[in-house]
Amino acid sequence: MSGQTLYDKLWNQHLVKQRDDGTALIYIDRQLLHEVTSPQAFEGLRLAKRKPWRLDANLATPDHNVPTTLKERAEGNSGIKDPVSLIQVQTLDDNCVEYGIEEFKINDPRQGIVHVVGPEQGATLPGMTVVCGDSHTATHGAFGALAHGIGTSEVEHVLATQCLLAQKMKNMQVRVEGELGLGVTAKDVVLAIIGEIGTAGGTGYAIEFAGSAIASLSMEGRMTVCNMAIEAGARVGLIAVDDTTIDYLAERPFAPTAEQWEAAVADWRKLVSDDDATFDKVVTLKAEDIEPQVSWGTSPEMVTGISGQVPDPKAALDETVQRSHTRALEYMGLHANQKITDIKLDKVFIGSCTNSRIEDLREAAKVAQGNKVADTIKLAMVVPGSGLVKRQAEAEGLDKIFIDAGFEWREPGCSMCLAMNADKLGAGEHCASTSNRNFEGRQGYGGRTHLVSPAMAAAAAIAGHFVDVRSLSANDATHAQEA
Amino acid sequence: MKKFTRFEGVVAPLDRANVDTDLIIPKQFLKSIKRTGFGVNLFDELRYLDEGQPGQDCSNRPLNPDFVLNQPRFKGAEVLLARRNFGCGSSREHAPWALEDFGFKVVIAPSFADIFYNNAFKNGILLITLSEEEVDRLFAGVDANEGYQLDIDLEHQRVITPGGETLEFEVDAFRKHCLLNGLDDIGITLQDEDAIRTFEQKHKDARPWLFRQPA
Repeated sequence: MSGQTLYDKLWNQHLVKQRDDGTALIYIDRQLLHEVTSPQAFEGLRLAKRKPWRLDANLATPDHNVPTTLKERAEGNSGIKDPVSLIQVQTLDDNCVEYGIEEFKINDPRQGIVHVVGPEQGATLPGMTVVCGDSHTATHGAFGALAHGIGTSEVEHVLATQCLLAQKMKNMQVRVEGELGLGVTAKDVVLAIIGEIGTAGGTGYAIEFAGSAIASLSMEGRMTVCNMAIEAGARVGLIAVDDTTIDYLAERPFAPTAEQWEAAVADWRKLVSDDDATFDKVVTLKAEDIEPQVSWGTSPEMVTGISGQVPDPKAALDETVQRSHTRALEYMGLHANQKITDIKLDKVFIGSCTNSRIEDLREAAKVAQGNKVADTIKLAMVVPGSGLVKRQAEAEGLDKIFIDAGFEWREPGCSMCLAMNADKLGAGEHCASTSNRNFEGRQGYGGRTHLVSPAMAAAAAIAGHFVDVRSLSANDATHAQEA
Repeated sequence: MKKFTRFEGVVAPLDRANVDTDLIIPKQFLKSIKRTGFGVNLFDELRYLDEGQPGQDCSNRPLNPDFVLNQPRFKGAEVLLARRNFGCGSSREHAPWALEDFGFKVVIAPSFADIFYNNAFKNGILLITLSEEEVDRLFAGVDANEGYQLDIDLEHQRVITPGGETLEFEVDAFRKHCLLNGLDDIGITLQDEDAIRTFEQKHKDARPWLFRQPA
């Protein structure tokens, strides 16, 4: 018998019951809750007169709707000007109080984007099953946890039963081998993967990211990669546990302590795919081939390297793709064969569950330091992923670097990734965004999103159009030598 | 959940691949804390010529005459026909809520995104996966025939065209059973309460760190 993949192991460790009809009951160790996808779940629970199965498995924080200016945030919930958003955030608070679920409220320093908060608190641990009513729950797979997004009916199901009805996915391995070039980040890696396999390439699969380039990433980089597994169609992204994982978790508030720590670490070290495990599909990319990426269209697979150009729809292989590309170019206001570096920007957004952690902010600050945001940029904003990330960044003086360069320094939340709060694009505006989706209207009605890494976003803010961050790095290095 | 019964329904063709859940129901409408009322904002950005706001009366908004759901011949459509990777993107269940509220009972496409697939069935919407060729033929049929209807027969897992062609489809037994009987799966899962408790105790003994100690 061949060995097990990491996904197989996690599945087997949580299998409560396999049914004859092909479905299974899977035990859920952690549910993260936010204000947008939970109210109807609590309401369902209430109507059926059911109680949450296990309170301490749940952790809540508002993130999607919260305002990000200091002035509004100073007033707590009452600073939320949109009455509909306010009701939603207040409803989360009320539900957490009513049922006794731990919540990091709007002005708790631990509040932030759920997918930043969970790992930061050690509330996401290797070997856990983690769910949340949010597709970017894939993020937590970076810890060797089986994590995926669910719908609101499933949120209610997990609250009521601590289980999920599931069907086992197929196994895919995406290997990235070699060494990433200077200025090429985890974001570029995952965008390149999506460009390679397409937005439906991972449908029905759990993707394990592996290979030397993945192993060399920090935990934060690994989270960026797993975060966007869903953009390749896979609900689950996974990375095997190693020293990097374990070092990150030590002394996090929710992580095990004392003698449990040793036992946990010994158990976690087994969370790797066996050497003789077989995958249903294997895709390999060479790290050296990946350059900084920029999306040009309205689907994350519509992406290319910074030295590339917007494709000609006529060159697409099939008619459906031709039509999609034509429509995307029309929506984006771009033309076939336009150079990526010729795309001018109106706004820049550095934030989201993909890229709002301290290392992301450091990378962006390195590029911003001593520079000024171009006059043609209407707004360049930096939105830390959590109150603790913000605090750390301020302790390192990153906020000053951004502010001096002309960026706005905001309070934590999902912000302009999906524009449920006041942070949004106007119609026709082009945005260099470190978020995860470039769908039509995603960042605001008629808005045009280009997905990039934090360093590329900062560089675009300064130039006013896309530039190859690697050319800046070379200049910076020269300046440093001269100094 | 209502029981899913065999019906003949008007087919509305949405000739696009990768229809994402942001397109199905834009984010400003996710602020509602209810499960109902999303139908008027289904495909809001395609359907209307202005930017929609939650709670707004949509009856006076300018309609996009080119959009399929605004065309009289597709009025009352219960079957949506689309291209590959339908429902990709966010996990928002508001997407199937909006489809259901609008009146759709079935979506037919060559493939669906995983999370959307789960969410749709939990709301009584049947998703039918047919081959690219079969979907092409259906698009051609809809295009050529005003009032084109499909006979949707979940029990026998087949779609019958007006011309009498039978297209068979796969659906897993559990989802089919829930749809046909209008069953709520929490109730079904709780029948296994003892199995869950037994598993939970074993799991806790083996990996106590997964069960956070109360502060």
